[in-house]
This record gives sequence, structure tokens and C-alpha cells, in this order.
Amino acid sequence: MIEPRPLTRWLILGVVGLVFLVPIVAMGEFTLRRGLEGGYDFSRWIAVFSGGLTGEYKGVLTALGNSVVLAVVTVAVMLVILVPTMVLVQLRFPYLRRAMEFVCLLPITIPAIVLVVGLAPVYSVVAKMFGSGVWTLSFAYGIIVLPFAYRAIQANLQAIDIVTLSEAARSLGAGWTTVLVQVLLPNLRRGILSASFISVAVVLGEYTIAALLNRVNLQTALVIVSKSDPFVAVIFALLALVFAFLLLLAIGRVGAPRRKRSLTGASS
Amino acid sequence: MADTLVSVVAPLEGVEPAAVQARRPESSRRAAFTVPSFLGLVPFAAYILLFLGLPTAIALFTGFLDGSGSFSLTNIEALADPVVLNTFGNSIGLSALTAVVGSVVGAACCYALIGTNPTGLLRSVVDSASGVLAQFGGVMLAFAFVATIGIQGMVTVYLRDSLGIDIFADGVWLYELPGLVLPYIYFQVPLMIITFLPALEGLKPQWAEANASLGGSRATYWWRIGIPVLTPSFLGCLLLLFANAFSSFATAAALTSQGSQIVPLQIRAALTSETVLGRENLAGALALGMIVVMVIVMTLYSLLMKRSAKWQR
Repeated sequence: MIEPRPLTRWLILGVVGLVFLVPIVAMGEFTLRRGLEGGYDFSRWIAVFSGGLTGEYKGVLTALGNSVVLAVVTVAVMLVILVPTMVLVQLRFPYLRRAMEFVCLLPITIPAIVLVVGLAPVYSVVAKMFGSGVWTLSFAYGIIVLPFAYRAIQANLQAIDIVTLSEAARSLGAGWTTVLVQVLLPNLRRGILSASFISVAVVLGEYTIAALLNRVNLQTALVIVSKSDPFVAVIFALLALVFAFLLLLAIGRVGAPRRKRSLTGASS
Repeated sequence: MADTLVSVVAPLEGVEPAAVQARRPESSRRAAFTVPSFLGLVPFAAYILLFLGLPTAIALFTGFLDGSGSFSLTNIEALADPVVLNTFGNSIGLSALTAVVGSVVGAACCYALIGTNPTGLLRSVVDSASGVLAQFGGVMLAFAFVATIGIQGMVTVYLRDSLGIDIFADGVWLYELPGLVLPYIYFQVPLMIITFLPALEGLKPQWAEANASLGGSRATYWWRIGIPVLTPSFLGCLLLLFANAFSSFATAAALTSQGSQIVPLQIRAALTSETVLGRENLAGALALGMIVVMVIVMTLYSLLMKRSAKWQR
């Protein structure tokens, strides 16, 4: 009754899917062009990967390294600051849940471009305390991944009864560290894993804050390279998009609770 | 906190109920634990204050300062300058147009996805692709569109050589305001799919059964049940798309080489050159203007979402 007829379904999905595939295919076609004489080959791809870290694309690879460091530190910030707080609120301060949700979703309302206006003075202090290493950007990135990470972990928190779990562990004599590390974290691994993956994808795609605070990450480097060698920029962009896609596909596979066969059978 | 209250209030009552008495050791032990567990909230609170609260406050506050750091309303008055108003108009127009197109196309895709297996291959691919394009594209989407409809883009070249159509006959518009429409729609449709699909999944099979047993058709189902129930969440998602386009910066920054046709680009110009309209601290005033628009849109969004939650119990 609610479901569309198969023809309607595949017509809509087919047309939209094809249209959305065009820019991706165009990126591929663009990188395979052989310059002025026309035709296609893989010479640009080979050039990018044969040079390695010493080749002429060293800048982009260094920037990629920066982005990977940023992704790792951002995930660490999230794991150390957000996860224990969410568990604590769920266990001991249930009346703070709404406030917690409001705070965590706030970065959706505050655009990164607005945040960066105020981050510039904050970062001049941060640079004095921690140096001007690129990893310090992770403090700001921890804020922009907050809504994504919060949603992923909260979905997991609501699905398990952490009050009973932690009381059971406490009554068996476990300390709070044991409860958190040995009882709660294993039960939350799905939410934490998908929160981490989303954070990695967001950090790898981030441009606004890095560009305006004059830090080098993958995206700012790509914009600079694209001015002199658009082909290389498109190659890296294509790879980054495919990587992010695979990362999210992995979340879908790991993050989704396995449903019973009978349920999915009935709904499809 | 509640436990502390119990242990404070209980002794004041002349006769203690047995249950309270029995629980006293437990509750006083918890009360003793309350102080350190509050401390557990401190790192998160401090982090949020330093990296979300403080930057937002600074961004909004600097709009009220002049070049020498004293209070002034001149930058706020600059928000009424025709140049700034025009930029806000461009931003709002671009966001509204791409939000409407994106929400209609996205809703059609959601409709087409009804009844597909949520853990199946099709849904996994659609979800992941939507996630990538909606949230993480940014700069890379600008490249994609340069490769597609740039001067040497695949589609541009094909249309020119095979069909004799020159899409840039009236000048190259890709690097100006009109050029942002297609890339923006390209990330708005996937965002609509991500946000609107859960609402469609909230449609209860019982409503379809009730409709069928009362002799209703597919059309009656949609006109009398589906569309009325979904309207608040559709409008909510439309607003979210608007907010998304309004606050988007990376795609525009990578695509437009000069000029500041939308507000985020004007903030960049104000931050990097300080010569927009010959004023300092204009970035703060522009940020304030953006926040005002965002707060209005997101408040309406949460009101609509509350209304649509009524049906999802």
C-alpha cells in the first residue's frame, strides 16, 4: 500500500542516481585525459604514486599526513572527553540529558565560519600554551564533530541498560574504572566505532577552520594545488571521496544492530 | 542531587517510613559520591566553554567594538549597508532555492526507498553515498563541478562538440553566484535523504491497513494520511537544508575566485583583508547577522520536529 510500484521506484532511483554519478564520472574522466593531443591514459595517476614522499606532490602528502594526525587526535579528544561525560550523565545526572543534547547539537546552529571568527583569538592563546603544531586544531574539530558523535553514541546508550549493567558490576565489587573500561565500553563499542568513523570523515573533509586559521590540512593543500595542477587535486579529491564512502559503508555494516531475519523479511 | 535532597529532608520528618530508613545507608553513601561525580562533568564543560562558548561569544561581541576596542554600534549599522544587505539577500536566495529543489528531489528519493531492506546493499550504498556528499564533500564537490561543467568539463565539452550547445554562451557563470546552485543541490539532496527517510519509516503499517480496510486507495492513503502526517517533518527538513546551505563555506570558497557574493565569503574577506566597506571588526557584525538567521531557522526547525514527533510514539 505505502510502497511505490517497482517501476516508479526504479525510475526515481535510476534517474537521480545517474545524474548524481555524472560529476564523479567526470572527475575520473578528467584525471585520465592525456593533455593537448587528446585520448586517455593513466600517466597522471602513475606520476602521483611513483614520486612518493619525495616527489613533486610532497606538499599534498604532508598535508594528508597532517589530516590523519588531526583525525586521530580528534577521535582521542572525543573518546576522552565526550564518552565518559555521556556515560556519567546517563548514570548519575539523568536530568541533565536534555541540556547535554542541546549543547551537543548546538554546533549545527553555529556555522564553522562564525566559530572561526572567535576561534582566531582563542588560538593565539592556544599557540602559546601548546605551540602552533597542527594537531591543536583538533580542539576545534572536536566541536564540529560533536553533533555527529553525540548522535551515534546516544543511539547506542539508549539501546543498552547501562544503569543495570553498572549496578550489577558495582555489586560484584568492581570500581568505577573497571565498570567503565570492562563493562560499559565493550557494550558501547558499536556507537563509539561509528562516532569515530564519522569524526574521521568529517576531519578529512574539513576546510573552513583550517583555511582561515592558516593551517595546512588535506583540503587547504588541495585548493592550493588545484590552482597550479588541477589534475592532481582532482585525483586526491576522488580518492578522498571514495575513502570517505568506504568508511561510511563500514559504519553501516558495523553500526547497524543486526536485525532478526523474520523482521526484515516481513518489512521488505 | 535528588539523593542529597532525600538525606537532607528525611530526618526533618518526625516519623521516617521504614523504606526510607532501610535505604539510608545506601542513599548517604550515594550522597557522599555526588561531589566527585559532579567533578566528572568539569572537563567536558570546560572544553565546551573554551572552544564553543568563548569563540561564539567573541564572534558576536566583536561586532559591537570599533577599531580601538571601545563600544560602538557602527558595525551593526553596517549590516544595513546595501552591499551587506545584497549579500544576505544572495545567501538567503541561494539557500532557499537549493533547499526547495533539494527537499523535493530528496523526498522523491525517500519515497522510492520505502520498503527496501534497511540493512540491504541498496540502502547501505545510498546511506553512505548520501553521508559523503552531504557532510564531507565541501572543497571536493567544487572540483567535481569544475571537472563536469567547467570550461573544459566533461559535460561542457560533450554539449559543445556533439550537440553544438555552449552553456557558457553568455559568459562563464560557474565561478559566480549562479555556479553555486548545482553544487549546492548536489549536497542538499543527499542531506534530505538522510534527514527525511527516518520520518517516512515512522509511518505505521497499521495506518495503511486501516485505510485499506475502510476501502481507501493508494491515493487516499497519501492525501488523507501520509502527506498530513509528514508535512511538519518535511518542512523541518526543508529548514535544515536552508540552514545547511546558508552556513556552507568550503564549496563556495573553492569555486569562486573573486568577489564575496554570499555572507560566508564576505566574512572571509573581512577576516583576511579588513577592507570590506572600510571597516574593522565587520566580520563580527556579519557573524552576528548569520547567527540571527540561523537561530530563527533552527528554532522553527525544532518546533516542527516536536510537532512531527507526536506521530512517532
